[in-house]
Amino acid sequence: MASKDPIVAPRVCDTTLRDGSHAMAHQFTPEQVRAIVSGLVDAGVPVIEVSHGDGLGGSSFQYGFSKVPEEQLLAAAADCIKDKKLAVLHIPGIGTKDELRMAASYGAKVARICTHVTEADICEQHIGLAKQLGMEVVGFLMLAHMVPPEKLVEQGKLMESYGADCVYVTDSAGAMTMHDMRERVQALREALRIEVGVHAHHNLALGVANTLEAIASGATQVDGTLCGLGAGAGNTPTEVLVAVLDKMGIQTGIDVEKTMDVAEDIVRPIMPRPQIIDRAGLSLGYYGVYSSFLLHTFRASEKYGVAVRDILKELGRLRVVGGQEDMIVDVAVELAKKQGKWPPRGQHYVQL
Amino acid sequence: MPKVKCAIIGSGNIGTDLMAKLLRSQWLELVYMVGIDPNSEGLARARELGIATTDQGIDAFLRDPKGAEIVFDATSAKAHRQHAPRLEQAGMIAIDLTPAKIGKFVVPPVNLGQHLEAKNVNLVSCGGQATVPIVAAINRVQPVKYAEIVATIASKSAGPGTRQNIDEFTQTTAAGLVEMGGAQKGKAIIVLNPAEPPILMRNTVYAMVDDPDQAAITRSIEEMVQRVQEYVPGYRLRTEPLFDGNKITVFVEVTGAGDYLPTYAGNLDIMTAAAVKVGEEFAKHLLSKRGELVAAR
Repeated sequence: MASKDPIVAPRVCDTTLRDGSHAMAHQFTPEQVRAIVSGLVDAGVPVIEVSHGDGLGGSSFQYGFSKVPEEQLLAAAADCIKDKKLAVLHIPGIGTKDELRMAASYGAKVARICTHVTEADICEQHIGLAKQLGMEVVGFLMLAHMVPPEKLVEQGKLMESYGADCVYVTDSAGAMTMHDMRERVQALREALRIEVGVHAHHNLALGVANTLEAIASGATQVDGTLCGLGAGAGNTPTEVLVAVLDKMGIQTGIDVEKTMDVAEDIVRPIMPRPQIIDRAGLSLGYYGVYSSFLLHTFRASEKYGVAVRDILKELGRLRVVGGQEDMIVDVAVELAKKQGKWPPRGQHYVQL
Repeated sequence: MPKVKCAIIGSGNIGTDLMAKLLRSQWLELVYMVGIDPNSEGLARARELGIATTDQGIDAFLRDPKGAEIVFDATSAKAHRQHAPRLEQAGMIAIDLTPAKIGKFVVPPVNLGQHLEAKNVNLVSCGGQATVPIVAAINRVQPVKYAEIVATIASKSAGPGTRQNIDEFTQTTAAGLVEMGGAQKGKAIIVLNPAEPPILMRNTVYAMVDDPDQAAITRSIEEMVQRVQEYVPGYRLRTEPLFDGNKITVFVEVTGAGDYLPTYAGNLDIMTAAAVKVGEEFAKHLLSKRGELVAAR
């Protein structure tokens, strides 16, 4: 797409209540959901995603248990969503088609269905069902930095053939440079008839910049979270993105000051920790590790006495994919044994 | 020593690996390999080995089953639902390697020998075969309030059957954790990883147990692992069971035997190894019943 073409204003999807769930260890309450959804609706944000961080049905030992059953959070969101669209995230292998039906019953209008960037064919049935249920479907190709653009195109075409309305370049590890983002979005834009979207993380401080690159390359759907609340060092901050787009003359239909206010007054006070690019967050982006591993890695580091970066570097070397949180403990245990730090506290019985 | 004649329906990866294992069996004689794809490598291999084949599916098989009494179905859930009533009508015993879940679950070290009069038994799933024994081992010491498993397999070892049955895999496996593992509630997750070289199949088992007796549970798990290793030599724990409050974590890794499938496809190997073990028990049972009939004359 030539840089002289007028840029189409993208549709913003705020995922504070889904990606942000990772940063909250999935402890969102219905009251928080109501306050955040109402604030976003009032600001004019057109699509609002609510789910466990790992999608519908994600509450588990592996990813962390939700404080409150998902249905209650969806009900709270449905109460306040007015004319805006409720979106849900769905990862086949974690959630099933039953969860999609449940979400539709709560009025979810957009199903964002995710696979690892090379495995699109596991979601054919789920895309099909979502369409049958009358939902718009967005296909997420996760950890898109791990494969060249041609592979992304092959998988994006599969999702298009199953009925997806949009395919997202998903930078789950926040590992992409602006060049990486540009070439992937361009490749999809050239190959697909449907829309192309972008989900960026901030691990390399490139959340907003990568999103702008994607828009300039033809992305018409973009993600953000309030205060950047999200996995790893966080997401593209919605309030910052909206402010920058406004300065660039791109009309998203979203009120900048109202978005600033819901971020500062509703979200910032409930954040358990600030979304900063510390050594751990930077390591996720640098070694290409799925962002949601952050808090689990802190816990494993604490329990087994192994440095956070050592764990993340090894996970990157092993090319671990999203969903493999159990590998964090596996790696921490191996490193602890190698470093002579065995057994950990609480483990009384050991092999001889 | 007499053997019981058997057949395989499904000449894909699983069926072909199963064939290689059955040829070593002392109790089962493979007489028929049944498929629908004339170009399949499985049918070609069967022909080379002198085994009867057809590419016309179950119809051709049932017209002349060549004495097969036990039939292994390695097709798909949808196909097995069509096959099951026809096999039952023909008086054959069906061992189902798909997630169709028509018959009773069998996981050898847990309940082998319990359903020997059944006409149809189901092997749960590869994740189920790998993890139900662990959950059962914990539950026989102290009650498991909740069991959750995460099966991670190499993308290359996940064929179209798995990819189109992702939901069935998780639901059938979760049911296995409860019905056979003894957990009060169960959940199963599956993750595909495309890393090169392909990763070995791994299964993480989480069990929620109040105030776990670490020594007793560890010993119970170790004993169970040894029993699985009798028919799946490549089955092992990656580290001792981990204890963290009321959460027990067990990391299981399965290296395949490499009969037909590569060794990273432990998920497929554990299915075929379990299928042979189950088939042999049915064969021994049939032979002993006949032995008794002969003696009574």
